[in-house]
Amino acid sequence: MIKTLAKSIREYKKASILAPLFVAMEVVLEILIPYLMGYVIDYGVNAVRGYTWCDNIGELIPLMLKGYKGVVPEGAVATGNYTIVWQLSLVLLACALVSLLCGVLSGRFAAVAGSGYAGNLRHDLFYKIQEFSFANLDKFSTPSLITRLTSDVTNVQMAYQVIVRIAVRAPVMLVLAFVMSVRIKWQLSLIFLCVIPIIALAAYVLLSRTHPIYERVFKEYDDLNNVVEENLRGIRVVKSYARSDYEKKKFGKTSTEIFTDFVYAEKISAIINPLMMMIVYVCMLVLAWLSAKYIWVGQLQAGDFVSMLTYTIQILSSFIMVAMVFMMIVISHASMKRVCEVLKEESTIKNPENPIYEVKNGDISLKDVCFAYGVEEDDNHSLSNVNLEIASGETVGIIGSTGSGKTTMTQLIPRLYDATSGVVEVGGIDVRQYDIQTLRDNVSMVLQKNTLFEGSVKENLRWGNENATDEEIKNACILAQADGFVSAMKEGYDSHVEQGGANFSGGQKQRLCIARALLKKPKILILDDSTSAVDTKTDAEIRKAFKEIIPGTTKIIIAQRIGSVMDADKIVVMNGGKIDAIGTHEELLANNPIYQEVYTTQQEAGGDFDEEGGAD
Amino acid sequence: MEKAMKTRRPTFSKGTVKRVFSYLSPYKGRLFLVILCIIISSLSNVAVSYFSGLLVDTYFPDPSSNLPLALGVMAIILGAGCIVSYISHRTMAVIGQVIMKKVRDDMYNHMQDLSVKYFDQHSKGDIMSLYINDTDTLHQLICQSIPEGISSLLSIITVFVVMVMSSIYLTLLIIGFLLIMMLITKTVGGKSGKYFIKQQQSIGKLNGYIEEMIQGQKVVKVFCHEEGAKDGFDKVNNQLRKDATSAHSFANVFMPIMGNLGHVQYTVIAIVGATMVIMGVQNLSITGFALMTPGLIVSFLQYARNFSNPVSQISNQINSIVMAFAGAERIFNLLDEAKEVDDGYVTLCYAKEDENGNITESETRTGKWAWKHYHKADDTTTYVPLAGKIDMLNVDFGYTPDKLVLHDVTLHAQPGQKIAFVGSTGAGKTTITNLINRFYDIADGKIRYDDININKIKKADLRRSLGIVLQDTNLFTGTVMENIRYGRLDATDEEVIEASKLANAHDFIIRLPEGYDTMLTSDGANLSQGQRQLLSIARAAVADAPVMILDEATSSIDTRTEKIVQEGTDKLMEGRTVFIIAHRLSTVKNADVIMVLEKGRIIESGNHEELLKKHGRYYQLYTGSK
Repeated sequence: MIKTLAKSIREYKKASILAPLFVAMEVVLEILIPYLMGYVIDYGVNAVRGYTWCDNIGELIPLMLKGYKGVVPEGAVATGNYTIVWQLSLVLLACALVSLLCGVLSGRFAAVAGSGYAGNLRHDLFYKIQEFSFANLDKFSTPSLITRLTSDVTNVQMAYQVIVRIAVRAPVMLVLAFVMSVRIKWQLSLIFLCVIPIIALAAYVLLSRTHPIYERVFKEYDDLNNVVEENLRGIRVVKSYARSDYEKKKFGKTSTEIFTDFVYAEKISAIINPLMMMIVYVCMLVLAWLSAKYIWVGQLQAGDFVSMLTYTIQILSSFIMVAMVFMMIVISHASMKRVCEVLKEESTIKNPENPIYEVKNGDISLKDVCFAYGVEEDDNHSLSNVNLEIASGETVGIIGSTGSGKTTMTQLIPRLYDATSGVVEVGGIDVRQYDIQTLRDNVSMVLQKNTLFEGSVKENLRWGNENATDEEIKNACILAQADGFVSAMKEGYDSHVEQGGANFSGGQKQRLCIARALLKKPKILILDDSTSAVDTKTDAEIRKAFKEIIPGTTKIIIAQRIGSVMDADKIVVMNGGKIDAIGTHEELLANNPIYQEVYTTQQEAGGDFDEEGGAD
Repeated sequence: MEKAMKTRRPTFSKGTVKRVFSYLSPYKGRLFLVILCIIISSLSNVAVSYFSGLLVDTYFPDPSSNLPLALGVMAIILGAGCIVSYISHRTMAVIGQVIMKKVRDDMYNHMQDLSVKYFDQHSKGDIMSLYINDTDTLHQLICQSIPEGISSLLSIITVFVVMVMSSIYLTLLIIGFLLIMMLITKTVGGKSGKYFIKQQQSIGKLNGYIEEMIQGQKVVKVFCHEEGAKDGFDKVNNQLRKDATSAHSFANVFMPIMGNLGHVQYTVIAIVGATMVIMGVQNLSITGFALMTPGLIVSFLQYARNFSNPVSQISNQINSIVMAFAGAERIFNLLDEAKEVDDGYVTLCYAKEDENGNITESETRTGKWAWKHYHKADDTTTYVPLAGKIDMLNVDFGYTPDKLVLHDVTLHAQPGQKIAFVGSTGAGKTTITNLINRFYDIADGKIRYDDININKIKKADLRRSLGIVLQDTNLFTGTVMENIRYGRLDATDEEVIEASKLANAHDFIIRLPEGYDTMLTSDGANLSQGQRQLLSIARAAVADAPVMILDEATSSIDTRTEKIVQEGTDKLMEGRTVFIIAHRLSTVKNADVIMVLEKGRIIESGNHEELLKKHGRYYQLYTGSK
């Protein structure tokens, strides 16, 4: 998993290495500076002639390296050593500047590395998803992909930043402070070895008790947000049924659950800080006692005790930091896993090795085609043994109830899915031998759940053909009966399309989607229930235009309305993943019971009244 | 209905600060305890410094001193410090949660009492953010920033007093550094805040793009538009990368700057102090002039560090404090939103008829309702049977006062009649139904319900008398049974099943994995569109309201399901007054009156045959001619 995630570091490797490097240097200086400060006091401000005295810094440095400090007898008068104060302060100042520089650089590099890495990770995920086939997309589902790209990446980014900044800082600090304490008196440093396991145990006990509660609380938070979201979405229903008291109760229940659990967990967590304080204090008292013993026999200086205290705090706090890093990784582990799943997913549909770049004609042939959405090879086939021949230029209608396999069958033609068994041919060649882009450019499919994207009308239509001229765009729209309302808009083809095409009516959206598909100048055009919201009259006009203007294109029309398919060259009736019958309107009306039933029920139904409205 | 886009700038007023503290005021006693605890634990911290001085000066040089006793006393003091700190942490955690619960409940409960207008004018995302982000920052403010601020402030004050007592010159020096620190906080913090806002905007943009593209991913595939999608993504992604880098750079750099400034301060004090000692400069303190001694400088160096630590801690918190108050202000804005006014006094009650044919109130459900109308003038109560007669007279309406969307609408619906509204999108069909159930109030004209002005009817009762089936089905998380029962909470299981049968939903429900106990999530994502519609019809059926408002779904469902839905709707409409926003010809044909709306006016009305004869707008719509 780490390997997969690490692949996205790339150009931020430098920053990712430099950041901890500068952190390490900063830590070294952080230990060094108080050390120097001790000498500023002892050999500078508080210097006693004859005991703690050096004429200049040159003499002091060897002492400092040895860690030696002069012993001042009682009653000696401190006079102060201005030269040392001045010189040592300059060194200190230089150290502070270097430390500042290291701090700033490490901060900067960490920011670059963290944000850059997150950017790369999102980039890799998004690019990967672009390679996904329909089957891959179905496997993950849209909302889950969105979460992986957004909040999961954020979690991974946070973990990464913590690792870059703290994962190095804490151990370096721990080791350095420990080394310094050993230098002073190794016997004293043994105390840390006793304390650390105690802290680890305490941390383990506390976390293992609170963690499950926090997990539950997060789930309850989701529930709470869900209640609010559903309430907002359904506010008209809530108001209509005068259910605000009911809603309040529902919310109150969840919010009380959160409250109870949270209070319980926080009460336990509240012990963490005081406990840490207590451990520090215990260390201090024990240190004081042991130090006194050594001092009384002349084996330790009083100042050393003060330094030991500093190291104690540094060691314990860096240990807590290690625990925090650990927690962070545990928290983001689930996100890492989810991100990895996407990165590791292999597209189920790939370009063949020597692809064919030309589609000869619009012939379609399905031979013994079976298809199942699931991976398991059980009997749950969405299509079984479908055989169908369509000649170039034919118009074919497909009728059948939900789940009968209409959409599934047509999606095999532009190779949105691969057939589980059997062969799908376009232009006499197996679709799996074509270059995918070539195939899909020639087999244009208007999906049932179609969307427009934010941008102008023109930009949306150019999805079909990037280089389409304004005239070609207009022609496609005329063909799809969309030119009328687009031209009537104030800005015509430059009019703004909101996210999801929200500012267009259902029928208008469908017509724009058809125009977009037409711009590909495909050899095969598949309309999957693409005129359901278009009124009957316009629907007929679209079909008429198809017949007259693009007679050479094979047209497959999936529809609920008999009216949309009755004038097709042939109509395929699907039922339960099988072709029930193929024939013309008259033939089917005479012989096919399913077709007859649909026809009778629809005699009464009709078009949509909304469709003549402008997009005002 | 515009969703106002508001930029989220962290601003807040003084009133907000006061109000945040007012949330704390019921816990005055406990807060006092917390502050006391904080003071004691700060004192125990001071005791540590004092004790280490004592150790060095008294106990270490003298082996005969009673160190064990001193250690014992210290152990007691420090132990008390720990206990006290635990009490304050624990108390604060509880208070924080109590307040969070109160804020959440207040927000939600208040929100339930707001008018539909509020929800139309505010985006769902903005409102959600109040619950998700703003309460969270507020919690942090109360549980973390405020206690830490108090403790830091305490330290600053104590150290400051001690400093002034030792040396005023050196204190001035430290104040100088304090000013520099504040300046840095302001510039770096301000920059960082600015970039954080920018980052937030970029995140919004990127998330929007991701959502749009991933939702349309199949379309992207069909059009082989992957490269275009990638280009667009790179653009927003790189922008976010840039903004995030800037924001985090400033934030990361802040602590090293403050920390090292502390070091610089240390050396400067050492140099200045030492110079003063050597030059024999008189030291000024509260207690007067005296000679500067090395010992004084040593302790002052310690003070300087104890002073700069809490200062940088506070400055580190400033950004989050500002954000929290800005969030609090947004929360208060919601809480200050005026509630939906309801001065109606006519209520709905179960009705029964006595032997003389007089209508009286009944305690139990009788299947009949009456309007209970209290007349103040003569202190009498009359009961008007609920029949379902609705009249609109010369109604004008606009969502904003300057733009009317309905002009002079007049219509009369007799009990049991079906009124269909047809017309293009934006003609005002939905608006009319919004007025009947008083989601919005009319600007001019009159609406009467069973000859009572609807303004006199209590809103909840008015709405309870109107069943509603909307295009968006809006199911809730819960079982199928619970969802249908939403229509009438006291309905028995049998009544729910009865209603489902009426709505033609029963057949598919019993075929679900767990029948009526099947859990639905996210608006019934596991059901088909048609099934969702059937549930929403069943919900209206169990409510059994005498008047129905129906917004027919436009999205296509397959013929068989559509037929089932249609039959369900037809059964529901039987014997009720129904307003239908119609999309299907069959519905329109069966309506008693068809209202053709255009640009907020009723331009034609009559039944199907009458309207066809007119050769007007309806004729055009029906035949599709232009």
